[in-house]
Amino acid sequence: MSRTDTRTESLTSTGTGGVGESPLRPDGTLKVRGEFAYSSDLWHEDMLWGATLRSPHPYARIRSIDVGPALTVPGVHVVLTHEDVPGENRYGLEHADQPVLAVDVVRYQGEPVAIVAADDPETARRAAARVRVDYEVLEPVTDAEAALADGAPVLHPDHPGGNLVRQVRIRFGDPAPTAPVVVSGEYTVGMQDQAFLGPESGMAVPAEDGGIDLYVATQWLHADQRQVCLALGLAPDKVRLHLAGVGGAFGAREDLSMQVHASLLALRTGKPVKIVYGREESFFGHVHRHPAVLRYEHGATRDGELVYVQAEIILDGGAYASTTAAVTGNAATLGAGPYRVPNVHIDCTGVYTNNPPCGAMRGFGAVQACFAYESQMDKLAEALGISPVEVRVRNALEQGSVMPTGQVVDSAAPVAELLERVRDRPLPPERGGPLDLRELPGGVSNTTHGEGVVRGVGYGVGVKNVGFSEGFDDYSTARVRLEVTAGEPVASVHTAAAEVGQGLVTLQAQIARTELGVARVVILPADTSVGSAGSTSASRQSYVTGGAVRAACEAVREAVLARVPGAAGLAGAAVVSASGEVLADLVEVLGEDVVERTVEWRHRPTEALDPATGRAFAHVQYAFAAHRAVVDVDTELGLVRVVELACAQDVGRAMNPDAVVGQIQGGSVQGLGLAVMEEIQVVDGVVRNASFTDYLIPTVLDTPPMPVEVLEYADPHAPYGLRGVGEPPTLSSTPAIVAAIRAATGRALTRAPVRPEHIVDG
Amino acid sequence: MRVNLEINGEQHTADDVWPGESLLYVLRERLGLPGAKNACEQGECGSCTVYLDGTPVCACLVAAGQAEGRSVRTVEGLGGEDRLDPVQDAFVRTGAVQCGFCTPGLVIAAHDLVHRNPHASDAEIREALAGNLCRCTGYEKILDAVRLAASTVAGERA
Ligand code: FES
Ligand code: FES
Repeated sequence: MSRTDTRTESLTSTGTGGVGESPLRPDGTLKVRGEFAYSSDLWHEDMLWGATLRSPHPYARIRSIDVGPALTVPGVHVVLTHEDVPGENRYGLEHADQPVLAVDVVRYQGEPVAIVAADDPETARRAAARVRVDYEVLEPVTDAEAALADGAPVLHPDHPGGNLVRQVRIRFGDPAPTAPVVVSGEYTVGMQDQAFLGPESGMAVPAEDGGIDLYVATQWLHADQRQVCLALGLAPDKVRLHLAGVGGAFGAREDLSMQVHASLLALRTGKPVKIVYGREESFFGHVHRHPAVLRYEHGATRDGELVYVQAEIILDGGAYASTTAAVTGNAATLGAGPYRVPNVHIDCTGVYTNNPPCGAMRGFGAVQACFAYESQMDKLAEALGISPVEVRVRNALEQGSVMPTGQVVDSAAPVAELLERVRDRPLPPERGGPLDLRELPGGVSNTTHGEGVVRGVGYGVGVKNVGFSEGFDDYSTARVRLEVTAGEPVASVHTAAAEVGQGLVTLQAQIARTELGVARVVILPADTSVGSAGSTSASRQSYVTGGAVRAACEAVREAVLARVPGAAGLAGAAVVSASGEVLADLVEVLGEDVVERTVEWRHRPTEALDPATGRAFAHVQYAFAAHRAVVDVDTELGLVRVVELACAQDVGRAMNPDAVVGQIQGGSVQGLGLAVMEEIQVVDGVVRNASFTDYLIPTVLDTPPMPVEVLEYADPHAPYGLRGVGEPPTLSSTPAIVAAIRAATGRALTRAPVRPEHIVDG
Repeated sequence: MRVNLEINGEQHTADDVWPGESLLYVLRERLGLPGAKNACEQGECGSCTVYLDGTPVCACLVAAGQAEGRSVRTVEGLGGEDRLDPVQDAFVRTGAVQCGFCTPGLVIAAHDLVHRNPHASDAEIREALAGNLCRCTGYEKILDAVRLAASTVAGERA
């Protein structure tokens, strides 16, 4: 019987397909055959299963923990608590404020308290449930603004600033501007879940040197490694991470989940330990998108030119900081949107509460701001009596415009063109013809035959930063090797970059093929035996790891070309001159040699924000997308059917056109989810819908046709001119859909997601 | 208890199965067939879809004991040694696979549809796939894959 084990496989990409083409994914065949080893598929001789006991309370003091009853369960090997954490019992991406296992207090429902290793998962879970924890339940702090009020319980007593994680101030232009046309509004964004399909999972295998090999689905192997080392009290060479197959990420795998827990259990028992979260546990096992309250005021001339934007944004970071500080920075610096605004005043605040911890999710702070500023632009259009596209185009950011941070936009910013392109597309046909329930809101539930159904059209456009910002040393490492194997030149690429589904493995092969002129490229498994690639987030891997792979290929190429006089390049497995003439066969030039280079590659540096004004060259690149949404709304029942969701996006250079479109469509649908269905319901700090039965993500029936137009205005600062792709479509799709529902219903709709009662009751 | 079942044409036996165990758990953890996925184990996502006596089911909702003596076909059993089934091939070709966690379930659901109805309309395809969640693709390329697979199957029959 064949079993998947912990070996991670190299992927081989053969044939043609360089930069700008769409070769097939090298992992595609494994995935369609069910043979790709995801982190939940790992298996090891003699392995144990881990389970986690979590707090049922959002805020409580722990008086005592008794593991005795769990230890008596047959099949249990060990039960561990905070006392068994050998290193620092604290971790975190930006602030180490989160215990590996709770000590004397729990700050959110779902916080890990104890872990169990047993012979099988059911035994482990049952044993965990038998750990006796004596809690003194405390009144949770569940409102972000109340958390900042005087007298609110301080959730992290050793954190300076009480419950304030970070406040960012943007001060740009005239501090007291006035304008003849003023619109204002308060907007709310609910807590969205990344809802990747592959649950948090992995396996820790104890090694003979006293260290550990950890096979895990993550977004950033080296950030995990750093935190796991601290918690275990082990040096980095003793904690080796290997990327197991990742079933989607979307930000939810930036923070640790089971990494330290599995390692602790494995080191203690001396056996491999596997942990796989169930779907309910997954909702507690990762951070979510920050819920936000956003108060905006826009002032404009009677001609519709923006005079000022004032905003107050409050982000509920939940119990632990995670990436709240960076999310706050993004919401603030991008808070005025893709517009030229001479005067901007924004206060953006990230807060600790006893709600579920929030951190990275696709769009990272820019999503919440975009919903608010785009809702405001629609309001402004209405006040001015001009069209929503017109008001946006009149104020559209362009190359050379200045952001509210003072940063000049120094590459293409085709905001107006993106809007015009989605506007000028033909509209989908009106409903008509024979009745087909499937084309109506409510579908085959047969809730309407068209009566009360109104169509609406809405627009949205957004701006997202690409890469890590605010002075972060953002780099990636690539090791590229060129050698002859079986009579053919073969390039291998080794990075620690996490392939999470986006197609980075395909792209790496394309780059190697383009730069080295070979057909066969091997992508080695990602692990920590090569330098950090940084995170698979912030739409950055094509840019930064792509840049590193290209730079390493260039270094290899230079070494090869030095061997042939007059050589200028590699193409078609040959060394060629500047005019393309074949000078030598690459196989002969290489002979038995292996040419290998490792390069650490950085994008140009960014700067920290000025604490008083937010002035800085804060972001390395901006990316833009625009949507037009067409919806049918059953105004009597409040049901919405999105009829079409068109997107135009500038990607600088479409490195892999098919993959680019796939990213745009997938991102657009996550925005659709936030617009009309997705919200983690939290009541008094307790999650009410931790399942796919109650937390609904779009099915194929909820998803409309999504025509995509891809623009390619090269960014001269970026490798190949590319622009990050993954996040921008998630920003503008939400406000476009909500605007379309407003257009259909006349309702104000200040909240995402829109619920039926908002439509019916206003 | 002991469960005997035929999987992808071969006879298998699983021992020490608990009454509460699902067919999915037996396939993945006892029989070394992790192709069917475990995204929810609540019958909501379709990632665990397998054929049971020729009908697609959520393996997470089938008690292992219910499968006694029956025949199961999983994604691992669709293609040949070096050959993809046309549905699998279409998923690769159209870019319908990103993270791929939804793929095994969708491949089975699509395989069932295109063999029942190789001339399915878009509305029929959507209906047939409504029980399979995908978080990455936005479904457009999955629809492309099913259309391509359907035309291949229709061509083979013509
Ligand atoms: S795992 Fe069976 S339906 Fe989700
Ligand atoms: S490809 Fe990731 S869930 Fe479908």
